[in-house]
Amino acid sequence: MALELSDTSNLLKSARTGNRRSLAKLLTAIERGQESEITSEESWILGVTGAPGVGKSTLIGRLIEHWQSNGEKVAILAVDPSSPVSGGSFLADRVRIPQADIDDSIFFRSLASKNFPGGIVPNIGKMCQALSACGWGRIVIETVGSGQSEISIVAFADIVLLVDGPDRGDIIQAEKAGILEIADSIAINKSDIPSSNSAIEDIRRSLELSEGDNRTVHLVSAINGDGISELISDLESISPDPGRLGIRNREKLISYWVSLLLSHEEIDSQLVNLGNGSITVRDAIYSMGSSMNFGGTANGRNDD
Amino acid sequence: MRVVVAKPGLDGHDRGAKVIARALRDGGHDVIYTGLRKSPDEIVRIVSDEDAQVLGLSTLSGAHESLIPIICTGLRESGLGDVIVFAGGIIPERDRKALYESGVRAIFGPGTKTTSVLDFLNEASDRLSAGNPVGVGSDTGWHWN
Ligand SMILES: Nc1nc2c(ncn2[C@@H]2O[C@H](COP(=O)(O)OP(=O)(O)OP(=O)(O)O)[C@@H](O)[C@H]2O)c(=O)[nH]1
Ligand SMILES: [Mg+2]
Repeated sequence: MALELSDTSNLLKSARTGNRRSLAKLLTAIERGQESEITSEESWILGVTGAPGVGKSTLIGRLIEHWQSNGEKVAILAVDPSSPVSGGSFLADRVRIPQADIDDSIFFRSLASKNFPGGIVPNIGKMCQALSACGWGRIVIETVGSGQSEISIVAFADIVLLVDGPDRGDIIQAEKAGILEIADSIAINKSDIPSSNSAIEDIRRSLELSEGDNRTVHLVSAINGDGISELISDLESISPDPGRLGIRNREKLISYWVSLLLSHEEIDSQLVNLGNGSITVRDAIYSMGSSMNFGGTANGRNDD
Repeated sequence: MRVVVAKPGLDGHDRGAKVIARALRDGGHDVIYTGLRKSPDEIVRIVSDEDAQVLGLSTLSGAHESLIPIICTGLRESGLGDVIVFAGGIIPERDRKALYESGVRAIFGPGTKTTSVLDFLNEASDRLSAGNPVGVGSDTGWHWN
């Protein structure tokens, strides 16, 4: 049962008056690809990424605690992986963020990746627009636990925080190209565990190899709170890097293109055809590419 | 479907909740797990913000007697009468009737096959598509078992 554009604009109208229930439904509609006429409002979007289990959620809990105590509202979009086998998911980021449940100042939405690549979900940019239009201008996105090459978050976040932890690879990992290069800020979490000291040394030495790289590497503990306030003042003082525009646009383009492909009405039948060998991958792409459904977005207004 | 699995009450065991969550995930559902010790108000807000269609409540401690009906009332009062509620855990036979009357549509005891929760959701959504409301706010007498 697809919602009409008029339904989403009614939801938006109601959500803008502060109706949380309408906001919740609006986000669902947008997640499912429903078009909506939302104009961007001022927002500050923090992307938190890093390998599985490094403590992204626990750390986000600490950050929002700070903003909560300043009387600010924060929205969180937390992505966890979908099962490639069943398509189902176990979305458990909020288990580590009990701060989100204590009052109305936090709006938390768990999202299933549906095996979308890059650590995020399609339409996350539009979800952020909806949130900021409804007064939730401070937004935190937690990506799926990700590796070096998953950088789509740069397309949608103003500031990217990379979280890492002790005992995770060695200096060779830090040498490789990827998210470490484009993160605006880096936090080594679990400083209460002694081996985190060598992790931070590895990263610092790696960054020193590039001249002029003056990003701070923070040693923090999301469990006992050490280093958190320094991290927050760093995050709040960083301005989005204009040199990132090319990468951002490229990632937006790729994200949008893949979401069109994955939501294509032929995708399931083309996968069957590929499975029985009746077509090639090239055939499948050609067929779907020539009949892309651009919805209402061909005017480019809603493409981020 | 989007299913919130929550654990009201004070006891600290969540194995039962995780078993149900796993069965739902493997059945293709999106499960939002809340973690332990959530109050009725917190659970209602989570279901609302997460826009879940289903709420599964796992309980061991005897908290069901008071907490589950409070949560069901909270859902109705927050305009969430469409949400399908089921319960899992140790719930004595004599307490079940009251839970069904408060809007719970299925109760899964410790011995039940984990896939029966999937059968239940299938039946519930069949009923929905046939135009028979099954949410916590509807006064259908239907329950699964
Ligand atoms: N010792 C210690 N453990 C921590 C710290 N922060 C998080 N943890 C633990 O690390 C585990 C994973 O934490 P999460 O916050 O769920 O990590 P995550 O990066 O969000 O995990 P995914 O979302 O699954 O990728 C949990 O058991 C946390 O309690 C910390 O500062 N110190
Ligand atoms: Mg997490």
